Amino acid sequence: MAERGGRGAHGSLDKSITLPPHEIFRNLENAKRFAIDIGGSLTKLAYYSTVQHKVARVRSFDHSGKDLEHEPLYEITVQEEITARLHFIKFENTYIETCLDFIKDHLVNTETKVIKATGGVFAYQKDSDTEFRFQTNHPNIFPYLLVNIGSGVSIVKVETEDKFEWIGGSSIGGGTFWGLGALLTKTKKFDELLQLASKGQHTNVDMLVKDVYGGAYQTLGLSGNLIASSFGKSTTADKEFSKEDMAKSLLHMISNDIGQLACLYAKLHNLDKIYFGGFFIRGHPVTMRTITYSINFFSKGEVQALFLRHEGYLGAIGAFLKGAEQDNPNQYSWGENYAGSSGLMSTSPDVFPMQRTRSGTFDMFEMDRLERPLVNLPLLKDPSTYIPDTVDLTDDAMARKYWLTCFEEALDGVAKRAAASQPDSVDAPERAEKFRHKYWNKLQTLRQQPFAYGTLTVRSLLDTREHCLNEFNFPDPYSKVKQKENGIALKCFQSVIESLDSLGWEERQFALVKGLLAGNVFDWGAKAVSDQWLERLKGPPHKCALIFADNSGIDIILGVFPFVRELLSRGTEVILACNSGPALNDVTYSESLIVTERIAAMDPVIQSALREEKLMLVQTGSSSPCLDLSRLDKGLAVLVRERATDLVIIEGMGRAIHTNYYAALNCESLKLAVIKNSWLADRLGGKIFSVIFKYEVPCK
Amino acid sequence: MGWAGGSLLGTWPQRRGENGLCFGEGRRKSGEKKRKIPRSGFSKRLGGTFPWFGLDIGGTLVKLVYFEPKDITAEEEEEEVENLKSIRKYLTSNVAYGSAGVRDVHLELKELTLCARKGNLHFIRFPTHDMPAFIHMGSEKHFSSLHTTLCATGGGAYKFEQDFRTMGDLQLCKLDELDCLVRGVLYIDSVGFNGHSECYYFENPTDAERCQKLPFNLENPYPLLLVNIGSGVSILAVYSKDNYKRVTGTSLGGGTFFGLCCLLTGCSTFEEALEMASHGDSTKVDKLVRDIYGGDYERFGLPGWAVASSFGNMMSKEKRESVSKEDLARATLVTITNNIGSIARMCALNENINRVVFVGNFLRINTISMRLLAYALDYWSKGQLKALFLEHEGYFGAVGALLGLLDSA
Repeated sequence: MAERGGRGAHGSLDKSITLPPHEIFRNLENAKRFAIDIGGSLTKLAYYSTVQHKVARVRSFDHSGKDLEHEPLYEITVQEEITARLHFIKFENTYIETCLDFIKDHLVNTETKVIKATGGVFAYQKDSDTEFRFQTNHPNIFPYLLVNIGSGVSIVKVETEDKFEWIGGSSIGGGTFWGLGALLTKTKKFDELLQLASKGQHTNVDMLVKDVYGGAYQTLGLSGNLIASSFGKSTTADKEFSKEDMAKSLLHMISNDIGQLACLYAKLHNLDKIYFGGFFIRGHPVTMRTITYSINFFSKGEVQALFLRHEGYLGAIGAFLKGAEQDNPNQYSWGENYAGSSGLMSTSPDVFPMQRTRSGTFDMFEMDRLERPLVNLPLLKDPSTYIPDTVDLTDDAMARKYWLTCFEEALDGVAKRAAASQPDSVDAPERAEKFRHKYWNKLQTLRQQPFAYGTLTVRSLLDTREHCLNEFNFPDPYSKVKQKENGIALKCFQSVIESLDSLGWEERQFALVKGLLAGNVFDWGAKAVSDQWLERLKGPPHKCALIFADNSGIDIILGVFPFVRELLSRGTEVILACNSGPALNDVTYSESLIVTERIAAMDPVIQSALREEKLMLVQTGSSSPCLDLSRLDKGLAVLVRERATDLVIIEGMGRAIHTNYYAALNCESLKLAVIKNSWLADRLGGKIFSVIFKYEVPCK
Repeated sequence: MGWAGGSLLGTWPQRRGENGLCFGEGRRKSGEKKRKIPRSGFSKRLGGTFPWFGLDIGGTLVKLVYFEPKDITAEEEEEEVENLKSIRKYLTSNVAYGSAGVRDVHLELKELTLCARKGNLHFIRFPTHDMPAFIHMGSEKHFSSLHTTLCATGGGAYKFEQDFRTMGDLQLCKLDELDCLVRGVLYIDSVGFNGHSECYYFENPTDAERCQKLPFNLENPYPLLLVNIGSGVSILAVYSKDNYKRVTGTSLGGGTFFGLCCLLTGCSTFEEALEMASHGDSTKVDKLVRDIYGGDYERFGLPGWAVASSFGNMMSKEKRESVSKEDLARATLVTITNNIGSIARMCALNENINRVVFVGNFLRINTISMRLLAYALDYWSKGQLKALFLEHEGYFGAVGALLGLLDSA
């Protein structure tokens, strides 16, 4: 395999770039369907494949006649699971020969694989808006204008997922910037041209309104700094212009022109959202900025310019999905695999050169299929404006620095724990090191390029870490820890219940909330709020409570369950939602089933509630330590609606602070967490180990 | 280019002893004999004092229209001061002024009646970078002593206002360029072009063989979309004489074509750039739909000849090395022209107007662009839109300024 890679690298290609086909065309051997789109300057390919990976499973023992004291609570097994994965890869046409060789070698002998060529510039097919199609569920996204800036520009009006229409285009696009830029500056590479542009001064080359008017054109309210004539100052053979200045002027000219045409089309079709895609845009803050400026200027702020992280695959994805039409897309959903996707790269080659060379040339985008559809929590007040994340680290440089450092410092520990979680595996230390290396590199990329993987948040950092762990076959490093802690906590359950039951009503409510907060003491702020909660409890019972559980062990067994028990005894039904897959020491749905079964065996209240379906266990659809209320398992959403849920309880740092701190719901909610991080405590104006207790009632 | 060592306009008109004025380096129209000019004096009639000028100072070119009265009475001639006479004589007896000033003789409007005066309207242009010299000359020749108002429009009316005041002791009457443009267009179209139609169009623009220029009767002009292509482009929707709005504009205009041509080919004049373009082949530079799809792209109804990516072939090193300067000039011209056509077409659709009038000096001696605009509008609108052109291309602002002068008097 190494030889084949070597051959590619030393073939007819630019020798400065090492082509690692096995890394780029991951998983090609298993491809079920394959599509390729050879465009004017870039080749994009898509394939649908399956990956086999390890998953941790828990299985309850048959306890009859066993020694319960010394047996573990349940059995943990590691099994192989097959997940469907979409791969999208994009590279400059220069590499096409080598890539096609590799593809040919790896696609032989499989009849189901079809190569389709769709052509590039004006290609567009349905469902090609990857970000929308796969990532968000905002219901009011349609209609919108899709502007794909490849070599040229194509403009598509998208009314629904199935209804779209090519309504126009322009020949002034990325190819014009590249081609004309190469002629003017003798700079051959697209990225280098952009880099030149970011250093230039367009005012040396462009004729501005103030060059014509001496100032602003007052009557029309045109600012003096507006460009009256692009390249209007270069109308002379006598003067030399700097490459940087010309590149900048060209960039402005093309971005403005595209923005203007896009606005004219948006106006004609009465659309206020424009999604931009294509290689001209991708990962280039300079072009995103100039396009946004242009849209704001020409639409007077009435039209919104939007960008996709993984665009530029429009033709390939469209062609690909056309071939996949026999599948019913409503039966599953897709989530990005951060471990396999390459990030957006900086336009500056001096930043992190090693990773840049590869990823800047070969863009990879992977999406894993989850075999269940994900939907909004029906109780979200405004799904279209809901943002799960509390802090946008892309914007907040201080918070970003802090969190990146935090994750860096924790990394060695995480890697060690991962290795230790598989003591019987010989290669565990080696895989742990690979994981460490990969995640470290992602963190470094994010330091240089915070938006490399979209909006940077604590959630995306956590999720990326989980994906990287999975990548190296550490499906659940905490499985044994969770198993042990669940066992210990279960042993204490009965005595905890007994002591709670001996308390007076008010005392007990406090103790229950304290239990949810892992025994931490209220500071006065939280106390004041908890009084409101207490007042509320004196009123009529809630109809149904939805609880998003956090950690295994004490947290779920001695915190959540006693609380659930109290709600049940008040006549409130309870939906207990746990993660579908493992993340840190969070309790998973399968673990919660076993734990509940064991508690039911000890506690008649829980037992009868289960039997009467007053206590229902569901999975969230997520494998993240955070919580995205717009991507939840459909079964959960259905149940929430059926049972007329009127109380949502979200607990834990990941779910109630990093995400959903500001989430507005249509019903009462409790958000509880202990701040286990002094910097964050500072930020929120409290002390470490202080408590967040937010009881919120929606305005009538 | 420009004028070396001082200025040509600076040599107009020079005082030589008692003889009054001589006409420096002003080039005489070939074959024209020096003739005696009747003496004339101040006009005390309608329209105020002569001389009647309208000035449009653009980003690249200054456009000057001059009304030469042909009905001067003996009394007037008696009163006409030397200065005024010399200006008239200088302007009307030359076709070129210095190295870069030009009178477009073929555009002259003869026996025009303006404010009850009969005369000829002359059209003169020179580069904006010669403005300081122009002002300097005005000052040297005591233009201010003529007690006339100088009406000016275009950005330069603002930019050079201070210079006119301090250097030339002249108070400019500044007029809005779009007001002037609209007014100029409507006026010139209404008076016609010496008995011919001012407005014309190309019949069968999509058929190279049968395409021909034909007069167009713009009797009822409203509504119309007016696209003024100077250094940059302004697009106006005109609904009536007094009702128009600026729809949009683009910075990709004549200045962009010329500027890019200078950088790409090393040419130094607009004429040179156009000449090169006329000998070039843009399809070597541009990537066409057929270069990508091998033919038409039927899915989107795109013909193979359509440009998919302007300068798109220039992404390849081999192709960059194989194109000529002429090809590059042609591609630049085609790119800018098509883009203007495209924006104009979208504006016409948005404003629900089906007649688009293209004016501005970008179109001067630029049949390639005019036919391309005619073709593009017809083709992409499936015959719904009509591209119209006016003979006096870039002079409407200046004409509007002149009309403004006559109002103010």
